[in-house]
Order: sequence, then structure tokens, then C-alpha cells
Amino acid sequence: MREQIREYIKSDLIHDKKYPLKDDEDLFKGGLVDSFSLTELAVFIEETIGVSFADPELTVPNMRTLDHIIRNIEAKQAK
Amino acid sequence: MRLDTLIGSARYNFESGYIQKAVTFINGDLSETTLTYTEFFQQAANYAAALENDGIKAGDLVVLVMEQSIGVMTAFWGAMMLGAIPSIFPFHNDKLDRDHYFTNIRQLIGFEGVRAIITLAKFESDLRETLAGLAVEIITAETLTGEGDPALYFSRPDPDPEATAFLQHSSGSTGLQKGVMLSHRAVINQLRSYYDDAQLDENFVIASWLPLYHDMGLIAGFILPVFSGLHLVIMSPFEWVRQPAMLLHAITRHKATHVWLPNFAYNFMATRIRDAALEGVDLSSLNAVINCSEPVYAESHRAFLKRFAPYGLKESALKVCYAMAENTFAVTQTPVGTSRIDLIDRRRLAEERSAIPAEGDTPSMEIVSCGVPISNTQLRIMGESGDVLPDRHVGEIEILSDCMLTGYYKRDDLNPFHEGWFMTGDMGYLADGELYVTGRKKDLIIVAGKNVYPQDIENLLNDIPGVYPGRVVAFGIPNTSLGTEDIAVLVEGANDDVPEDDDQRGAIVREVRGRIAANTEVTARYVEVLPPRQLIKTSSGKIARSANREKFLDGLSD
Repeated sequence: MREQIREYIKSDLIHDKKYPLKDDEDLFKGGLVDSFSLTELAVFIEETIGVSFADPELTVPNMRTLDHIIRNIEAKQAK
Repeated sequence: MRLDTLIGSARYNFESGYIQKAVTFINGDLSETTLTYTEFFQQAANYAAALENDGIKAGDLVVLVMEQSIGVMTAFWGAMMLGAIPSIFPFHNDKLDRDHYFTNIRQLIGFEGVRAIITLAKFESDLRETLAGLAVEIITAETLTGEGDPALYFSRPDPDPEATAFLQHSSGSTGLQKGVMLSHRAVINQLRSYYDDAQLDENFVIASWLPLYHDMGLIAGFILPVFSGLHLVIMSPFEWVRQPAMLLHAITRHKATHVWLPNFAYNFMATRIRDAALEGVDLSSLNAVINCSEPVYAESHRAFLKRFAPYGLKESALKVCYAMAENTFAVTQTPVGTSRIDLIDRRRLAEERSAIPAEGDTPSMEIVSCGVPISNTQLRIMGESGDVLPDRHVGEIEILSDCMLTGYYKRDDLNPFHEGWFMTGDMGYLADGELYVTGRKKDLIIVAGKNVYPQDIENLLNDIPGVYPGRVVAFGIPNTSLGTEDIAVLVEGANDDVPEDDDQRGAIVREVRGRIAANTEVTARYVEVLPPRQLIKTSSGKIARSANREKFLDGLSD
């Protein structure tokens, strides 16, 4: 799951398959994701992992790093 | 209702508007706050009193650094009731680099001689620190007392029609922004002309998420409805981006008739709103959905109509407006009926700069009409040799009206006029009285409604370790699925090894993206590190932006 999301960010959002995206890298301050591509990412997660985020949950603090995203997905799956 | 001055309209709406709704603000949790016109101008008078208590006088510059709220709107009118000159600045948010943002604010406020800032408690300490040593009063909305008397301000003589009513700051990405000076006369002429041209009527309701520090949000999404006594339903752009369906629910609940949107919003809402979020939405009240402030794509209109026709959206509601802060706002507007789309020969546009209808199988492109000039504005198309061009010839769009800017505030070095006409910097052509915009004279990039100058981005990246100094280029490329432009950045490595070494390359890309994110409101979608001497240069040795862009686009389509 982590690798799926990492690959999606690299290939679809930043068009850079060689980019060494780290687990704790700030996606927003790092200029990798903005508010528009964040919604694209949410649609990808919903379609491939089957976990959906309501719009108000799509905030910068919730989705700041790959680690945060995975933690939030896992929390939803555990419910 | 016809009124001759901004303050006259405020007086009329205050005195007669004890039931009439002025503004409904929709919060992030979808709760609402509504003010009548009487309440709205009572709050405005409280701001006028607070400014006057701090010694602010007519003609003083007052900057508003506040989140989208009823407060920023009442503060704006309060400053105008005092005869002061308000201007709304973007406020600091999570993503912008603090140092960069506050350095910019200090520079601009010092340069323009701003006398007062109205802000929120949460920005106060940062602003005090930033502005230490400058003679500027800082007022926080939270400490306001309710002591303003609207009648006091309305009894004062009206301002001189040639006096500046407010400043709109150009939305350049970095550097010192230009303050567009608009006189009371210019603003009134725009509002009265556009009120008729947009076919407004006193029962209409405007819905908006547009930021108030851009011309479209400031005029169409704030001053036009409040001047005209209409009901404005407004929300924060940050909340709308997170939950775009909130605009559609606001339209449904308040039976909104008019909404202005930049082109990207059509694609964004058509593709990003899930069915479940659309339950109960009814868009049949909309008379006009007006596409403005970015290049208009016919495909975006089609996608929007396809997605929302089942929810009552009428095809006849899709309209287009060409606008700019320098004409206060609107220049053209689609007339009654469906907007026209011109199908022209792509090759002849590029080679002959003429817009000839495409025939047979020749490669063609669609250009959406921006409509006809509003009643007080004239247009002409200027050729490179200084001749006014006939129909279907592409040149720079120039405008002449009674609602143009007076000039740029404290920037007498900038003269945007040519024989009294304002030079827009946009390229286009006229056909049967309608304006078609084909591009821009300079390399401005517009990303989701935000203007970005490529040289501002390039200047941020010149001293990155591992990059050949000065060998950097930024440009915009169309993203048809998002209905806007993407930013691409190409840099040359300092030597042949750099692009091949994943660690070095990764570090450069990371630094490029991080600097852009920290210093502008946009992000780069594409960043590439090339070997040395791969960027195309002009004969004079400068990096050729458009040639590199064409080469990059060719590479993408391979």
C-alpha cells in the first residue's frame, strides 16, 4: 500500500519516477502536492485501496507525509 | 436602483436594508452567518470609528490582512466610509514560507506608506514584529468596540470622484506587487455598466468562493453585489478547495442566480465531486455561470455541463467574461444566448497570425468567444507595426473606457497606456464584434487563476548547488484534464554526472520544488535536471523560454 501510493505520487503527481521520495518527507512544504493534487491523491486512494476520505478530512496536517497518510488509512481500516 | 457614488449606495442600503440580506457567510462546518444591510454597515461604521480613533484620515492607505470573512468585507467598507483607501492582501497560510511572506509585506507597506493595518489577533504579533519601526497602526478585529455611528460617516461630503476609492494589488507570484489605483468615478462606471451587461436585477443572488484579494472576487464576488443591494453568499477559497460541493449546496439553499469561476474550477468540480456529495443539489436557479480570469477551454464547459445538467444546470447559463483589475473588472461579457466557439486553422494562426475558420481535415483549434465589450468599454487589436488590425487578425488587445485605472500606486515609472489606450499584454482577435483571446504577449503562466511570472521562479533557482548558475527555465504547459496550466522547470546540471547520479539529482529536484513551494503560491508539476548545454539559447545567449517549451512539449507527446 505504501509503495502503491509512493509510486502514484512519483508517476502521476510529479511525473518523476526517479525521485527518492522519503516516508517522512513533507509533501506540501516540499512542493510535491498542492490542494488540487491532494484531491487527486484521495481519489486514487479510494479507487485502489477502497478507503475514502471525506472532504473535511483532507487537510494538510492529516496528509503531510507518506507516514501520515498510511497511518490515517490504517486507522480507517481498523474501524 | 441607480446610485451615483459608492458611499451613496452604502447609505441607501443601510437605511432601507433592515430586512434585506447583505451577506451570508458559509463556514467550513457548513453553518451560516447572515447580516442584513443595516447590520453590515453598522459593523462597517465600527471599523471606520476604530480607524478614526487611531488618527487615520481620508486619503490614507489601509491594508486588510484577514481571512475570508464578513469582517474583511465590513472593514473594507468602513475604510471607504472614512474616505481612506483600503486594499486587501493575502493572509499568511500554512504553505507559504513565513520569512518570505512577512518580508514581502514589510517591503510593500513601507514602500507604499500604508498608515494602518486591520488584521486578526492570530496574525498580530507577527505583523508587529515585521513592521517594527514603520509608522503604521495595527488594529485587530477582535478588539473592535461597537461605537461607530453610520449616520456620522454618511453625513460627511462625498469623496471627490477622481479620488482613489481602493487599490487592487496585481497577483504576481513574488517581488513588489503593483497597486492598481481605481477612482470612485471608475468603479461606479464599471459597476453601473456591468450591472446591465451581466443582466443583473435586484432579486438576484450571487454565490462565491473567490478570494477577495483578486479582482474577480473583489468586484464580482463582493463590491458589485453589496453596491447593488443584492444578497451575496460567500465562503473561504480554502474551505471550497477542500469541499468543492459546498458551493453547489450554497447555490441550492439560497437559490443563487450568478456565480463567477476561473476555468480550472469547471474541471475541478466536474471531476472531483463524488455523487454522494451531490445529494439534494439543484442548480436550476442559476442564470449565469461566468468563466473568467483564465484561458477558457470549450472542453471545460462541456465537462461541467455533462456533470451538472442532471442537477438542473442550464446550458444557456454558461457564459464568459474577459476582465482585468486595470479596467476595474469586466472588459467583455457573453451576450444573451449561448456563447460562440470559433473553430480555426491551427497552422495559419501560428504562421500568419490570422484566425481563419478551419476547413476539411486541416488541424484546427477551438477558441471560445469572450463576448462583446461592456457598454462603456471599447476594444482594438494592435499590430506589431502600430496599425490597428482588421477582424480575424491577431494582435495585442487594447482597451479604452471610463473605468480604467488612474495608474499604479507610487509607480510613476510604469506607463501602461498607449495613446490613452490601456495595453493589456493579452493577444487576441475580433470577429463579428466578439473578442477571442489566443494567448499572452509575455510568458505569464496562469495556474488555477493565479498569475505566475516565469522569471520570478527562475530567479529563485539560480544558486542551487549542483545547478549550472543561470541555466534555469520555467514555463507553463496546458493540462487539459485540469483545465489550467502546469508549471514545468528545467535546470542544467553543473556537469555531466549530475543528472545521472540519483542522489545528486534527487537533492536538486527536492531543492527546486521546496523553494518554489516556499516562495510562491504554486507548485511545479514537472522538474527535470538536464546535462550541461541542453537548454536552447537565443543568438544573444539568453535562455529561449518558448523554444525550450516547444521542445519539452514534443518530448511529452513522444
